[in-house]
Amino acid sequence: MIKSNSGIRKTDVINRRMFLIGAAKVVVLVGIIARLFSLQINENKKYLTLSDKNRIREWRLPPVRGNIVDYFGNVIAGNLKVYQLHIIPEQVENFNYLLVRLKILLNLSEKRIARINKLKAELKPWDSIIVSENLSWSQFVKINNYLYDLVGVKPVMTISRNYPFNDVYTHVLGYVSQPNEQEILENETIQERFVPGMKIGKLGLERRLENHLIGTNAIQRYEVNAYGKRINQLEHQKGEQGSKIRLTVDTEIQKACGELLNEEAGSISVMDIYTGDIIAMYSSPSYNPNLFLFGISQDEWQLIRNNPLKPLINKTLSGLYSPGSTIKPIVALSALENKVIDTKFKVKCTGKMELYGQTFHCWKEKGHGWVSLKNAMKQSCDTYFYEVSRLLGVDRLNITAEKFGLGKKVLGDYFDTEKKGLFPNTKWKKNNLGKGWVLGETLITGIGQGYIQTTPLQLCMMTAQIANGGFTIKPKIIVDSNPISYEDAKQSMESGLLFDTDSEELLDKKLFKNQQNIKIVQEAMFASTNERFGTSYKSRIDDPKYQFAGKTGTAQVKRISKRERELDLELEQIPYKDRDHALYIAYGPYVNPRYALSIIVEHGGSGSKAAAPIAKKLFKLIIDRHDLRNKQSNFERITI
Amino acid sequence: MFQHHRLNSEITLFQKIKNLDYILLVSVILLSVLSLFVMYSTDGGEILFHTKNHFVKLSVFFPLMIFIALFNIKFWHNFSYIIYLIVILLLIYVSFFGIKSSGSQRWMDLYLFVLQPSELMKVAIIMCLAKYFHRIKIENVNSFSSITILLSIIIIPIIFVISQPDLGTSILIALSGLIILWLGGIKIKYFIYSFITFLISLPFIISFLKPYQKLRILTFLDPDRDPLGAGYQIIQSKIAIGSGGLNGKGFLKGTQSYLDFLPEKHTDFIFTLFSEEFGFIGSVGLLILYSIIIFRIVRIGAISRSNFARLFCFGYAFAIFIYIVVNLSMVLGLLPIVGSPLPIMSYGGSSMLATMIGFGIVLSAKINHKQMIA
Repeated sequence: MIKSNSGIRKTDVINRRMFLIGAAKVVVLVGIIARLFSLQINENKKYLTLSDKNRIREWRLPPVRGNIVDYFGNVIAGNLKVYQLHIIPEQVENFNYLLVRLKILLNLSEKRIARINKLKAELKPWDSIIVSENLSWSQFVKINNYLYDLVGVKPVMTISRNYPFNDVYTHVLGYVSQPNEQEILENETIQERFVPGMKIGKLGLERRLENHLIGTNAIQRYEVNAYGKRINQLEHQKGEQGSKIRLTVDTEIQKACGELLNEEAGSISVMDIYTGDIIAMYSSPSYNPNLFLFGISQDEWQLIRNNPLKPLINKTLSGLYSPGSTIKPIVALSALENKVIDTKFKVKCTGKMELYGQTFHCWKEKGHGWVSLKNAMKQSCDTYFYEVSRLLGVDRLNITAEKFGLGKKVLGDYFDTEKKGLFPNTKWKKNNLGKGWVLGETLITGIGQGYIQTTPLQLCMMTAQIANGGFTIKPKIIVDSNPISYEDAKQSMESGLLFDTDSEELLDKKLFKNQQNIKIVQEAMFASTNERFGTSYKSRIDDPKYQFAGKTGTAQVKRISKRERELDLELEQIPYKDRDHALYIAYGPYVNPRYALSIIVEHGGSGSKAAAPIAKKLFKLIIDRHDLRNKQSNFERITI
Repeated sequence: MFQHHRLNSEITLFQKIKNLDYILLVSVILLSVLSLFVMYSTDGGEILFHTKNHFVKLSVFFPLMIFIALFNIKFWHNFSYIIYLIVILLLIYVSFFGIKSSGSQRWMDLYLFVLQPSELMKVAIIMCLAKYFHRIKIENVNSFSSITILLSIIIIPIIFVISQPDLGTSILIALSGLIILWLGGIKIKYFIYSFITFLISLPFIISFLKPYQKLRILTFLDPDRDPLGAGYQIIQSKIAIGSGGLNGKGFLKGTQSYLDFLPEKHTDFIFTLFSEEFGFIGSVGLLILYSIIIFRIVRIGAISRSNFARLFCFGYAFAIFIYIVVNLSMVLGLLPIVGSPLPIMSYGGSSMLATMIGFGIVLSAKINHKQMIA
């Protein structure tokens, strides 16, 4: 019984203590459930987010750039499907064998092979290596034919910028290429949308209109595992292509400009004299912007960079030239406006003019004899303009010249590289050179030499404003949301005042005091091209439909020494660098004019021989395309 | 009394089967089926290695449990010390000839499967201590010699397990042992004194810990300390559980596990996957299932006539409870990460073998609950 008592007592102890444990268990269990509740119910959102962050990764694709089209809707900067070749290392059975095969098939260089091997070592095995960024169609077909033998190789189709007209628009459009670090940091939009492999505008309108053209990223969402490998695609969010931009330019004319300049250094600008539309703007020589898309080779780059004709410079906007005799219409106009001369005013040209012991030569050694304004302009008599500018003074000339757009940017901010040029006056010289103005400087300014510097586009605009009867125009290269028809433009000009939306002020459209003076200058320019002894008489077109008025210019690039003047060398005998620049400005048709142009051939010799003939060839095309252009005026309105 | 004795000793096979605890049995079967589904999910929705092996183990060890149950509880009482000694010998064998894997030496190769004797010790120690308390007079429980023997029974296996090294299992063995000491009637003050001594010597113990064990404790205190290194497991585990929400992401849809974010998802972290896919409701359901099992075991202990059976059942119920609590606290970020499987659910043969043996003895106690043991 004692034993059994002890047994019962033991059982009691065990049971009592078990009860305590049981209570403790319940408490602990409640604690665990509370914790589960707090994680799964209270903080569910937080952990769900974390879980999605774990498993979902986004791949952003490069945005597709907007197209740039010419006035007629032809794509001049578009997008092209390109074929690329990718290797996915983890799918490759024998990497070295694959490389040997690809090397033969695609003619890969040793350097390229080494680069692929380096990439393979750096990247994760499921990341694709780009073997070739731009396969030709025949290469692509070849690869596809041998695909059964190339395990782990993936032909991929992607989109790349493309300039279908190659070098025709290089200086207008610029080109795109991979951005550098600074370019990414500078532009917030690029920063936001940047993905490796994306290309941005590096130059020209591609750069200036980046934020319009760029487009938005397409986004692919993938589920990934803990090691970052893509398991399956969840979603594909389409990106939006960048805005389409329509330019005022005409590809046919732009192309013709390139052909006419024929790789010589120079520039041609063509402008609508009422609307200010730039019809063509060609700088020569040009280069192919498509070369930059997939990384230009060092050799090709050096070839462009070291070309003595400087293809990298946009001569239309950044080339600074003495206008030479092409300034004479403005000198004449200024003198007429200031009533310094009239049509009857005459000067006797003896071939030179003496002033304070200095001799100023006319281009014609024997002299022109007694010349009036019309004759002086026609034959480009320097002596006449020496005398006129002496009477006028540089400051009054400067006022007229600046009114007509010299010394100011023509297109404003659209091109970073655009230069303002310079039209001097006495104040400018005092402020910048610290010296007083000398009368002799007035004389050479009057024939477009000396300090004066102009861009080809400024000369074109100046000519356009003379051609339209002396009214301000606002040159533009992009078709705005509300393109003005030329009749409206013409009418608004003649009303005299126009509200300028950019500067928010009323612009004085009239550049003249007496419109008769403009007429006089126009007639003189007509004579210069269409009357016997005119400097560009040989380049005239008699058909009134194409008939144009112009003014030649020959700008000295170096001071002519007395000895050289006596030698009177032929062009070929002078070293290229010392040859004169040939210039020509013109507008037409003479009756009811519409277009103005300026032509510059660097070191081309005289304007009448090198520049004016180009105008003759170009004008026919420009006028012939006039009706087509008119029909297109309402073709498409794009807001940027 | 004599009648009872006669009835119990001459019980027939049919009666034995009739006397099995069917609530416990059904719960274990439910748990086993559930564990197969979860294992199927860890294999990514395919019947692969883990699912197959888990199934094979279940189909071997479940009959083994029934087989064990058919022996009289007296038999298990009689063999308790011997079983304990055999497991000690296995531990000694492992410490010399065991298979090494990832820095520890815990396993022995039995050709058909790899055995981890320390898992068996979890059951053996309860049997051994239950028998000791069954035999000793209550008056002698707190004597010096008794306490010395009891502590030796606990400390000897722990020395071997801790040197493997396997901190997690040794803590579980110690806890299972201590609970029997508590139930057996060791004075509360001894527990209090020991606990105070433990707290005082804690810094000293920590200085003896291996660097990786210290790291685990530091990581537990601040998982964000090293999110991709030591803290990775616990962070990912919490994300998986937390993202499960009320209803879970659905069977086979747990992204955390499917996409390999979960470490050791077959073994110690199996609950994480379960909880991600079945949510709060599923998790609480699983806890209820475990609670039923524990409650049934406690009940069997309570109706047992012999103190051996009573102590074993109470002790084993507590052991199961503590495994679950330690495992869940670990994956829920309430305790540092110590290797401890979730009974039946986790992949691992030895753990399942030990658990099934324990259930077998519990069922044997149920069948023979009227059995007196002298």
